[in-house]
Amino acid sequence: MSLTHYLVLAAILFAIGATTVLLRRNAIIVFMGVELMLNSTNLLLVTFSRMHGNLSGQVLAFFVMVVAAAEVVVGLAIIVTIFRTRRSASVDDVNLLKS
Amino acid sequence: MNLLSTALPAAAGALTESGQTSTAEAVLFWTLGPLMVLAALGLLLARKAVHAALAVIFIMISLAFMYVAQGAEFLGVVQVVVYTGAVMMLFLFVLMLVGVDRSDSLVETIRGQRWIGVMAGLGLGVVLAGVVGRATYGPPTGLGTANAPSNPEAVARVIFGQHVLAVEVVGALLVVAALGALVMTHRGRLAPKVGQRERAERRLRDGGHPVSLPAPGVYARHNAMDVPALLPDGTPLESSVPRVLRVRGQEADAREYAARIDRVLAGGWAVGAGTFTSDDEYLGGPDGAVTDGVVVPRPDAAPQDPATDAPTHDEEDGR
Repeated sequence: MSLTHYLVLAAILFAIGATTVLLRRNAIIVFMGVELMLNSTNLLLVTFSRMHGNLSGQVLAFFVMVVAAAEVVVGLAIIVTIFRTRRSASVDDVNLLKS
Repeated sequence: MNLLSTALPAAAGALTESGQTSTAEAVLFWTLGPLMVLAALGLLLARKAVHAALAVIFIMISLAFMYVAQGAEFLGVVQVVVYTGAVMMLFLFVLMLVGVDRSDSLVETIRGQRWIGVMAGLGLGVVLAGVVGRATYGPPTGLGTANAPSNPEAVARVIFGQHVLAVEVVGALLVVAALGALVMTHRGRLAPKVGQRERAERRLRDGGHPVSLPAPGVYARHNAMDVPALLPDGTPLESSVPRVLRVRGQEADAREYAARIDRVLAGGWAVGAGTFTSDDEYLGGPDGAVTDGVVVPRPDAAPQDPATDAPTHDEEDGR
């Protein structure tokens, strides 16, 4: 088994995460799709780091994790705030600026 | 870390001469990889958000395994701690807050969005996998020399050597994010705070019951929970029966007991007299329940109307 398998797996996971973002309406599930994309990118980075024998890839993956944690905190706070005002977690209901 | 490295001696990033992974790592990959894709499809297709969250947790733990197998032990542990331990638990908390039973609406607001989305996702997957899978890479180096002392130490040297500024900036970002979440979820107090004193005052002002409700049961006659208490004038007090029994419709008929009181009040017992018809009943039923007759101890009196009295009463006591 070569290291390319890891890359293909990461690509598949990224595509599924992107499809989740495109298809699902529940804001929390959409958010989990974003997390899945970030995770697959991390797998890619770790694999490339191993390929090149350079730890910068792992460090970059580490920073991605930290930024993702911050992003999750703010994003979930936004979802909770929207849920409080509109009583809904669906991304379709956030159309106040429409019309 | 030493434990992890010794537990996975061949899997810790070692490569063969031709750039292939070890057999153990291949087994790990082919076990976890398809399961991860299945779990990702579960995230895409699950009707309930909790199931989707569980699928994502599975993917993240599997990714941690893969990191460790690829010689990134530090990242593997951080993945478990940060992603599954913190991020996904936060997701679950918000799911609880928002409501677990809220399922997705299936109404399409944009026509054909589902097919467009599926096609776009498939296209993205094919393009990405094709590009990444068909590209030619140089011979893989492996992390043998880069992980020289141990992986966490080597990563720490890179992080705090070349990327100190980035670490500081990311720390500031975390603090700002935490503050932002606090500000965003803060809810101003729109109404005055209601404490115990305010509740008590409001109850008195509204004319509610100031003290605890009377206990059910007619003393010396029947003390089951389903029998309403009687007021001094003989009227039953509905509120004395527990609310649960009232809602279920399991409360006993109070009129029966009230009627007997009425009869007593009207002096009917002196005329109609004896309330028990036999000695058996005087001694009580099989369960030794006190029957109505105790109140009026006149065994020599004439029998009275049996329809309203003893049989039903025994039945009441028996249950």
